[in-house]
Amino acid sequence: MADQTLSDTPIIQIKNVSKIFGGNVKAVDNVDLEVRRGEFFALLGPSGCGKTTLLRMLAGFEVPTHGSIIVDGQEMSNVPPNKRPINMVFQSYAVFPHMSVEQNVAYGLKMDRRPAKEIKERVAEALDLVKLGHLGKRMPDEMSGGQRQRVALARALVKRPKVLLLDEPLSALDAKLREAMQLELVRLQKTVGITFVIVTHDQSEALSMANRIAVMNTGTVQQVAPPTTLYEMPKNRFVADFIGKINMIEGEATDAGNGEVRVKTGSLGEITLKGTATGKVALAVRPEKIFVDEKQPTDPSLIYVKGKVGEVAYFGSYSNVFFDIGTGTPLQADISNVSSDIEEFTFKTGEEYWVYWRKADTLVLGD
Amino acid sequence: MRLFKRNPDPMGPLDYSRRFWLRATVAVTLFFLYAPIIGLIVFSFNNSRRNIVWRGFTTDYYVKLFNNESLMLAFGNSLTIAVFCTIFSTILGALTAYVLWRFRFRGKAIYEGAMALPIVIPEICMGVAMMVFFARIGWPTGLPWPFNLSAITIAHIAFSFPFAAIVIRARLESFNPELAECARDLGASEFQVFRDVVVPHMKPGLIAGALLAFTLSLDDFVITFFTSGPETVTFPVKIYSMVRFSVTPEVNAASTVLILVTLVVTAFALRMQNRNNMLSNAA
Repeated sequence: MADQTLSDTPIIQIKNVSKIFGGNVKAVDNVDLEVRRGEFFALLGPSGCGKTTLLRMLAGFEVPTHGSIIVDGQEMSNVPPNKRPINMVFQSYAVFPHMSVEQNVAYGLKMDRRPAKEIKERVAEALDLVKLGHLGKRMPDEMSGGQRQRVALARALVKRPKVLLLDEPLSALDAKLREAMQLELVRLQKTVGITFVIVTHDQSEALSMANRIAVMNTGTVQQVAPPTTLYEMPKNRFVADFIGKINMIEGEATDAGNGEVRVKTGSLGEITLKGTATGKVALAVRPEKIFVDEKQPTDPSLIYVKGKVGEVAYFGSYSNVFFDIGTGTPLQADISNVSSDIEEFTFKTGEEYWVYWRKADTLVLGD
Repeated sequence: MRLFKRNPDPMGPLDYSRRFWLRATVAVTLFFLYAPIIGLIVFSFNNSRRNIVWRGFTTDYYVKLFNNESLMLAFGNSLTIAVFCTIFSTILGALTAYVLWRFRFRGKAIYEGAMALPIVIPEICMGVAMMVFFARIGWPTGLPWPFNLSAITIAHIAFSFPFAAIVIRARLESFNPELAECARDLGASEFQVFRDVVVPHMKPGLIAGALLAFTLSLDDFVITFFTSGPETVTFPVKIYSMVRFSVTPEVNAASTVLILVTLVVTAFALRMQNRNNMLSNAA
């Protein structure tokens, strides 16, 4: 969902921003980020990583302890939340319970003191955008969670902010609605054309919706990259493990020149791979890149090892098979069921196979 | 036992409400609590001046009550004081509740404790203190009505606004702070946030607090006794002075009227509180 021509000038610049609570709790630790105009940007990380604090600093509800935030060239350190060209959709949606849908959506425009006629037109436009055009007079307690979220979206977008912030927008929705809203949000962003910044702990959400993702952990940014880069070329163990599933085999790496390192592992011997990390590293490979064969492979561009089948989980289109390869931790492989011959793709515990994958698909990860 | 006729299931070990000794205790307590009051109300219809023995039904003493000028004046005073007390107590209570809910500041715990003091201090201590205070600062006496009720009104506001504050504070606990942040985000100033988002949420609490302040003011005797004068008599104080004269059914009738007004207002306040709880579960 990434192809858009994005402008070069960043709309948000976060420069060396830190937030310290109560003297010693570092929620955000020296973060440096840029968000491009028209981008769908995601802040991704586990609970407590600082992503929500960072979002709140963008909105103006927290003041950075150090550093500065610049939005569209304007320094935001003295600008209160009600004067920023940024609007937020809150995790609880925060739809005003004593006002109708129309009154909710009109509130921001009323605060801007827009003329009544203009307000009426823009509210109708916003409601149509989120497909709530016929529910203008409804009260929030008569609506479902998904509908209330769309009211919150309309209410924020009607003000035509430069940036829209969304705090865990899909976490309160059931699975089916979540899928629909993922597509809906991306469609909305493309239609409206403004920059979206979302905060989420769900990596599949971030992968499917965002142009670029900043993965955070304990207050720092681990890696900022498009979803494909994050998945195929994670910079360190944390990013590799947080996004999708990955196998990690411990080893020692030494520099071998030419952008390659020589990695010594227990059961795989010594392998020379493309990489830069040295010292204590993990050889990492994604489960779907692993294949099995009854005969030993001979291609030098492959890494291969004998494995005994342990646990097997069947998912219909593929099986998640755990192989014991003598390293202590079983190797996870996602084997596609390409044939309909049940005998052929059934793995039984104790069976032995040659497990292999390409050297090119292997990552050398430091901490 | 006849009791089991209504509920055929055998009594469980934790079914305390079905045990005889508990029911008996509750019955006796209720009796001692309400028998005097019911007696009072019943004997207000008694056709006897001395009102010791029942001598027949009459509503004459209610007629006498409504024709008693000084009593009606006292009732008017009570109502006036109660109205002013309600208005100011609700406003003060709302502001106090908001400050305590929204802000963190030095000495907040002390302030919270000090504000709740009137609830804990014995009324008679407050009454005497008020009386000495007004005398000491030379509060003007002999003012025209309604200004002569000012001392009593001030005393009433002082002891009833903490109750209103507590009721409103309880309502504020169920307020989602993201609503206030959202209003800010959409462009509202702090005042606009208060007016457009917080106050509408507080409304059931405001009404309940107001009704509570009204009841407290209307019924107050001890503090009013110390701060009132011969020209500024309130209803409860007047009833007291009538009792010292002679306990005719007129006194009973006056008391019954007071009980009735209090009951109606309290019932209304309780209904508001219930709506509080239901609304806070929905929003």
